[in-house]
Amino acid sequence: MATPLVVSDVAKSFTMHLRDGVTLPVVTGVSFSIRAGECAVLGGPSGAGKSSILKMLYGNYAVDEGQIIVQHGGGLIDLASASPRTVLSVRRHTIGYVSQFLRTVPRVSALDVVAEPLVERGEDRETARAKARSLLAQLNLPEKLWALPPATFSGGEQQRVNIARGFITEHPILLLDEPTASLDAKNRDVVVELIAAKKAAGVALLGIFHDLDVRDAVADRVIDVTAFAAGKIAA
Amino acid sequence: MTDEPLLRVSALSKFYGSRVGCENVSFDLWPGEVLAVVGESGSGKTTLLNCLSTRLLPSSGTASYRMRDGQWRELYRMSEAERRFLMRTDWGFVHQNPADGLRMTVSAGANVGERLMAVGDRHYGRIRATAVDWLSRVEIDEDRIDDEPRAFSGGMRQRLQIARNLVTGPRLVFMDEPTGGLDVSVQARLLDLLRGLVTDLGLAAIVVTHDLAVARLLSQRMMVMKDGRVVESGLTDRVLDDPRAPYTQLLVSSILQV
Repeated sequence: MATPLVVSDVAKSFTMHLRDGVTLPVVTGVSFSIRAGECAVLGGPSGAGKSSILKMLYGNYAVDEGQIIVQHGGGLIDLASASPRTVLSVRRHTIGYVSQFLRTVPRVSALDVVAEPLVERGEDRETARAKARSLLAQLNLPEKLWALPPATFSGGEQQRVNIARGFITEHPILLLDEPTASLDAKNRDVVVELIAAKKAAGVALLGIFHDLDVRDAVADRVIDVTAFAAGKIAA
Repeated sequence: MTDEPLLRVSALSKFYGSRVGCENVSFDLWPGEVLAVVGESGSGKTTLLNCLSTRLLPSSGTASYRMRDGQWRELYRMSEAERRFLMRTDWGFVHQNPADGLRMTVSAGANVGERLMAVGDRHYGRIRATAVDWLSRVEIDEDRIDDEPRAFSGGMRQRLQIARNLVTGPRLVFMDEPTGGLDVSVQARLLDLLRGLVTDLGLAAIVVTHDLAVARLLSQRMMVMKDGRVVESGLTDRVLDDPRAPYTQLLVSSILQV
């Protein structure tokens, strides 16, 4: 089976035009690959560029240099240079992403927030909602919240909605940005189970976990991001 | 997603005498895609929208549209009558001020029915039934069908304008600040409604707005304009989360956090 995700020599910096064009190097020479059925974890202290790497892999941050090769639609595409339309197609079918924070849409219920990625992939709305219900139940989100828009939920409740939304689809690549940050122990265990199920299904996972218990439970491998520190070369 | 765009715009410019309205704008729009055009007042975004919707003729450049029969037509070479027909059937235009897009002295039902009659429907019962259906889709009670929009609130008028535009099943809708001038709760309701309609109907839309939150909610792609030129374009979340042009960075950093 071909490798679903190969990152080679990726570099990223920010140019702050409002600060006289000062350039902040973030990472350089980022190279790794993720196999199907494997969960790799990005390691390193805050500010090392872990989130930036994830965001580049999702097309949310632009890439200055290098390639991000993804198995998509029976071929290979370079996400670093792909058109916005291709990036959208990759997000719909190939790469899923669980962010740290839920970006809520006014008036849309938690259930539909979770079901939406499936509906976008052409699933029938009722089937998608049924699957959303079972995931929200598994994550112990009280049923009385399902019909409400998540804007007023607590941090942990919002995060569970976000996790359900990220795990509902069968994307072959899944990116996780601290999905357990504001969860209690019981729900952390549920996320660990969900990740194990994805691995068993052959999904390639890449995550950031500050919680060491979760990290030890899910990680097959830790990728040390300090090795890609751009400051070292710039200095 | 289809493999052919719906609209192809190439090097479009509009000058008012020696003043630049918009300059050298090029992009493709695909079916089902929502493109946001953002920038402050005077950046040329409304000039661009008016050129694209053929309400204004550009000074130079081309725009081609793929008709329902698959034929490509050059918009600025069509006759006035052909353009009007396109405007009435395959396109919609949602104005910031509903009074510009509605007939304020005929009933809500007639405002919606009129567009249907323009495409040749003559059956009164069917027109009325479709009007009722569309009013309910934009959350206007059926018992308001015979009222004039003069008697409606701002938010209701805007929803009526949207129903009037979408009733003929257009493939492309132009929107000029569709939520401008509405208070936030009304705005949220309208945005949610627009989002749902755009997804369900697979509409392509070009939305001009100065509100980056509206752009984030509605669009997949965005273009940032300044002094008539496009200074940055790309995936909406990429432009907003990793802005690269100096002007985009200024815009994004000026958003008030709630």
